Amino acid sequence: MTRDEITTGLAEILEEVAGVNPDDVAEGKSFTDDLDVDSLSMVEVVVAAEEKFGVKIPDNEVQNLKTVGDAVSYIAAQS
Amino acid sequence: MSRPDVVVTGLGATTPLGGDVASTWDAMLAGRSGVSALTQEWAEQLPVRIAAQLAVEPSEVLDRVRLRRLDRSEAIALIAAQQAWADAGLAGSDLDGERLAVSVGSGIGGATTLLAQDDILEASGPRRVSPHTIPMLMPNGPAAWVGLELGAKAGVHSVASACATGAEAIALGLDIIRSGRADVVVAGGTEAVIHPLPIAGFSSMRAMSTRNDDPQRASRPWDRGRDGFVLGEGAGIVVLERAEHAAARGARVYARLAGAGITSDAYDIVQPHAEGEGAIRAIAKAIADADIAKRDIVHVNAHATSTPIGDMLEIGGLHKALGDHPVLSATKSMTGHLLGAAGALESIATILAIRDSVVPPTINLDDPEPGLTLDVAAHKARHMEIPAALNNAFGFGGHNVALVFARP
Repeated sequence: MTRDEITTGLAEILEEVAGVNPDDVAEGKSFTDDLDVDSLSMVEVVVAAEEKFGVKIPDNEVQNLKTVGDAVSYIAAQS
Repeated sequence: MSRPDVVVTGLGATTPLGGDVASTWDAMLAGRSGVSALTQEWAEQLPVRIAAQLAVEPSEVLDRVRLRRLDRSEAIALIAAQQAWADAGLAGSDLDGERLAVSVGSGIGGATTLLAQDDILEASGPRRVSPHTIPMLMPNGPAAWVGLELGAKAGVHSVASACATGAEAIALGLDIIRSGRADVVVAGGTEAVIHPLPIAGFSSMRAMSTRNDDPQRASRPWDRGRDGFVLGEGAGIVVLERAEHAAARGARVYARLAGAGITSDAYDIVQPHAEGEGAIRAIAKAIADADIAKRDIVHVNAHATSTPIGDMLEIGGLHKALGDHPVLSATKSMTGHLLGAAGALESIATILAIRDSVVPPTINLDDPEPGLTLDVAAHKARHMEIPAALNNAFGFGGHNVALVFARP
């Protein structure tokens, strides 16, 4: 799966869970500061991403995933 | 220091009769029933397959993402509170949050969230349980969301007294303003538990009507053919305000909340006291608290749920506490029983009865009980001057609440 494909998949999840406009989702964007995803919604995003991409994202990794790019890199490395 | 007067300056509701106060009140005065058959698949095996469901779904009002983190009871409390807030002319105002409190309760709370998330837990495991589960099911959730929405910083309270909740929440609002802890209190009740488990529980108690083949005629307080209550869902919210505060900002005043009486039976967990002793004391306390002559309380919006025992006990209690002059209404004949929201919605009906000089009808009262010795506006609304009126609400657990509203 390419980085773009993962970004698109994350954008779909972010729209579903937190109402984020898919056009706003890019690798450089911070989940909390730029996309306004709060801590409970971030939990939903992680669980949905695990399901969508067939990966495991442990809770202690989530704090390192500050930006969409961080998440894309982690998922790309796992899948 | 003299006790401050408390007035009602805003109303909001979403009910089986309409998505707001105006449509609900119009339907009530027209004598329309909000009860219908439950056509969901889950209802097929239930002994009770009727309910009074919301006329307007929350998804027509709130956006999808917001609804993901709200229990249905929270969503409708928020909708009704937004309406009441705007109706009071407070939307966009510079009201000091430290002078604003919330008192909104629910009889059962976020039960449908609890049950839905338990289904997910069983089917998919704990990691799939929503992180919003706890704030959605906690009993203070509706009050907390309303407080968050309106910026209330003088305290957010969630009364729970079963079917007396909505009325007790309003009584607490009165106390808060009288004690000086806030100038404005957003108060009321909410309930949304049309789900097989609560229905099965109530019907195991033999408390619900099983008139499944005739939904609109199932809720029939004081009629000899009544066989239990009809479950309803909805929310009712009022804005209570210190009268001087309302006058200073030129607010429109619907009515004065003149007094409240709260008692408990200490008798049985679900049966009302055999002589209605606790109810009589609540009514007497409310009248004394209001300092209004009994003869001026010419209308009562009764608790009257359409159960065989409770309906007639209330009549006896009203006779003893108030006399034989009031004209009664049982609006549950149209809305069904909104449990924790009932006392709030019926307070709104009482307030509008005073404003419009009209007693709403009691539908389905075709064959009145011989013991129904008080006058009821049966089938049709009745126009009459109403200087003051009473609203009763009683709840499992032996809770009795009476509220007296009066012309401003």
